[in-house]
Amino acid sequence: MAVLVGAALVVLLTCLLFLIRLYIVLKSGPNYKPGTKGSVAVLIVAGSGGHTSEILRVMECLSAAYTPRHYVIADTDRMSEEKICTLENFNQHSDRDPQFTICRIPRSREVHQSWSSSVISTLNALWYSLPLVFRLRPDMVLCNGPGTCVPLCVAGLLLGILGMKKVLIVYVESICRVQTLSLTGKILYPMSDYFFVQWASLRDKYPKSIFLGRIV
Amino acid sequence: MKTVFVTVGTTSFDELIESITTSEAVQALKARGYERLVLQVGRGSLLPDADSCPHIRLEAFRFKDSIAEDIKQADLVISHAGAGSCMETLGAGRPLLVVVNDKLMDNHQLELARQLHMDSHLLYCTCSTLTETLRTMDLSVLKPFIPGQPKHFANFLDKALGVQ
Repeated sequence: MAVLVGAALVVLLTCLLFLIRLYIVLKSGPNYKPGTKGSVAVLIVAGSGGHTSEILRVMECLSAAYTPRHYVIADTDRMSEEKICTLENFNQHSDRDPQFTICRIPRSREVHQSWSSSVISTLNALWYSLPLVFRLRPDMVLCNGPGTCVPLCVAGLLLGILGMKKVLIVYVESICRVQTLSLTGKILYPMSDYFFVQWASLRDKYPKSIFLGRIV
Repeated sequence: MKTVFVTVGTTSFDELIESITTSEAVQALKARGYERLVLQVGRGSLLPDADSCPHIRLEAFRFKDSIAEDIKQADLVISHAGAGSCMETLGAGRPLLVVVNDKLMDNHQLELARQLHMDSHLLYCTCSTLTETLRTMDLSVLKPFIPGQPKHFANFLDKALGVQ
């Protein structure tokens, strides 16, 4: 009996500690300024199709201070890799080593996939995301809505909770979303440090969001 | 030669291809001075022959790596409600008529087309009102579209993250 109570207490305390750490990590976002050390390592979730085009529009404008850049794409996606290389080679100055990498993880949700199987494939994607994020240790994760963002952001958050590294989560909601957030947006809204929306109607509904007009 | 470019994106939209190649629709296009009709039909089951519409110069293809050139050469773009097609056309400064596929309920991409219509950046109809719209539409009501400003995002992030 005593062992059981002890075990329950340990589990409870761990959960409590976890939640406190989560709270601290989420609160520390605005004060965390990785830019002051010179460069910001970015993990970019390119996802697929339209999401990729949108996120690359944003990447075009980020300065060279955002290096290295690690692009994550779904393993079933062929077009994104081509688009990323086109952009990066365009920006490339011949005297430097390439400052970007492309990593593949299993897609967490195909379009029209059912909810129950989505949960399983998202867990599967998390299994691949954790080692990736722990190895790359980015200063920030930048994403805009493909399902693949969720496991990668969770992995980034976990890095912070374990006290290994604060990873900023920067989310840009897709231009397609005018009145309602995407499912990914809804999940990441409470856990992102900077949450951008592109239409005023969304800013009014989500007070924590940042609205700078249309970005893409 | 005044050209209309019709695009259905990566999926299929047979009803649009069917509607735009009816003799009524082609007549409406002719009446407005359009002489060439280019169709991007995607995965659809319809791929009309060049001689299937005797009154207009017709070209049709399924996919291309980039339709940027077709958009640039068009005097009017007729598109499905896909965000990519809408943004690409508006970004190129071409007048755009979006034809909504009312068989696709709960399509979140409609949100964007609807908003851009409310802001007078594009015209909006369904397959059943296409011919009527082609007859009566007034392209001069369309307001120029100012592309999004990723620079604003970059500046904000630089400041927030302390990037020098």
